Amino acid sequence: MSAEPHTLTELSRSLQARSVTAEAVTERCLAQIGAHDRSINAFITVLADEARAQARAADQEIASGRYRGPLHGIPISLKDLFDLRGTPTTAASRVRRSHVAARDSVVAARLRTAGAIFVGKTNLHEFALGTTNEDSAYGPVLHPLDHSRSPGGSSGGSAASVLANMAYASIGSDTGGSIRIPSAACGLVGLKPGIGEIPLDGVVPLSATLDHVGPMCRSVEDASMLHQALAGISNPAPIKARGLRGLRLGIPRPYFFELLDSDVAARFDEACERLRQASVVLEDVVIAHASDVPSIYTHIALPEAAACHAQTLESSPHDYTANVRHRLEMGRYILGEDYVRAMRGRDVVTRDVNAALDGRDGLLLPTLPVPAIKLGAATVSVNGSEEPVRSITLRLTQIFNISGHPAITLPCGTTDEGLPVGAQVVGSRTLELLSVAAALEPLMRST
Amino acid sequence: MTVDQWLQSALGDADRRGLAELRPLLEGLARATASLRAADWNIDLTDEPADPPAEHVR
Repeated sequence: MSAEPHTLTELSRSLQARSVTAEAVTERCLAQIGAHDRSINAFITVLADEARAQARAADQEIASGRYRGPLHGIPISLKDLFDLRGTPTTAASRVRRSHVAARDSVVAARLRTAGAIFVGKTNLHEFALGTTNEDSAYGPVLHPLDHSRSPGGSSGGSAASVLANMAYASIGSDTGGSIRIPSAACGLVGLKPGIGEIPLDGVVPLSATLDHVGPMCRSVEDASMLHQALAGISNPAPIKARGLRGLRLGIPRPYFFELLDSDVAARFDEACERLRQASVVLEDVVIAHASDVPSIYTHIALPEAAACHAQTLESSPHDYTANVRHRLEMGRYILGEDYVRAMRGRDVVTRDVNAALDGRDGLLLPTLPVPAIKLGAATVSVNGSEEPVRSITLRLTQIFNISGHPAITLPCGTTDEGLPVGAQVVGSRTLELLSVAAALEPLMRST
Repeated sequence: MTVDQWLQSALGDADRRGLAELRPLLEGLARATASLRAADWNIDLTDEPADPPAEHVR
């Protein structure tokens, strides 16, 4: 596709100006799906007829002056965890093969009201319990830039659909990093808002304490527009980037920087130098109990997930993929006293992140310590050390699910092999974070 | 229940349920549980009164 809007925001302006139609844009997205999804496997359900009908309706409304706002006529995809009335919500599992949503999730309803076009439901790591999108009843999603690699997960199909121009944005979920990890692996912007900001009604749950919903898209401006729609703001306003001079960011080096691919570290350091040249103040900070985060996360996420799945683990265990079933079964063994310990640890880590943010405009660190992982890999080599895929992919993101702070990943160049690198900005409040991210965004992308 | 006692109980139960594949996962979980219990923020009733758990606010 050439000479056409790249971001959702650009497309929105073109639609409002009627220099392009929703029908034409939707048709191009569907053509991309038709041409490439067999090799990428980003979608579980393609809603071609519904999308065309929505697009025609959008064009008629826009032409008659009934413009709904910046999402009107925009083709987007939804991770197949979100109920969309009349369509299956499979969660990429045979467990839910008979399910058809009776009503929209709150997220889908808000997007529908805003005039978005739903091109389809995207593939994911089964029940969102994984970071590679390899364990799915519908097969793995392949990275659009390198089919031997995972696009990350669990919202891998969502990320792939946006990268491969099958949608202008997607909505994902994030329990330990499942928006940010695939967004970083695919060179996208991915926002995990603050805890509780976006309703989870009609979303298949994984962990009540850690689940978040957010957008995956091509710019901070796009993320802001989508975030406002998801939050139910009916008149979204463009984000205002704050000034760079004097912006103060903390870099939590201990623990978070101990295992980093050399290319990821290099792109991050180069971006930091660009920020310093622009008079951004960068200071090293310590998050005191960072090394406790993996055990805290495990002892919250797994028992909460197991509680959701206890009935179906008994009634239809063989409908799960083996890896996901085993992790859920593991969660059933965690003692209540250890869950309570982990919840206390959550309070401690939250105070630690608050302390690191105190007096600063945000924290800055890489999003994913390694580039997109090879499919089938159980471990990945990081500076000579073999690290399990799960733990290394979650290492930089899961803490902010525990603490609930909003966090956004921004594209930060590519590795020498051309694989995307992401940088993560963390804040205290989502609106302020987006303002900071909008300022940083052009400098984080390498020249 | 110590972590070792928990692990032996869990391994036995997994074997009885025909889930021997859980063995390495449970052994890994035991290490994580030991780490969790060793953290310095855990309540120790023999120590000075602990800070009350904070309400989860940001």
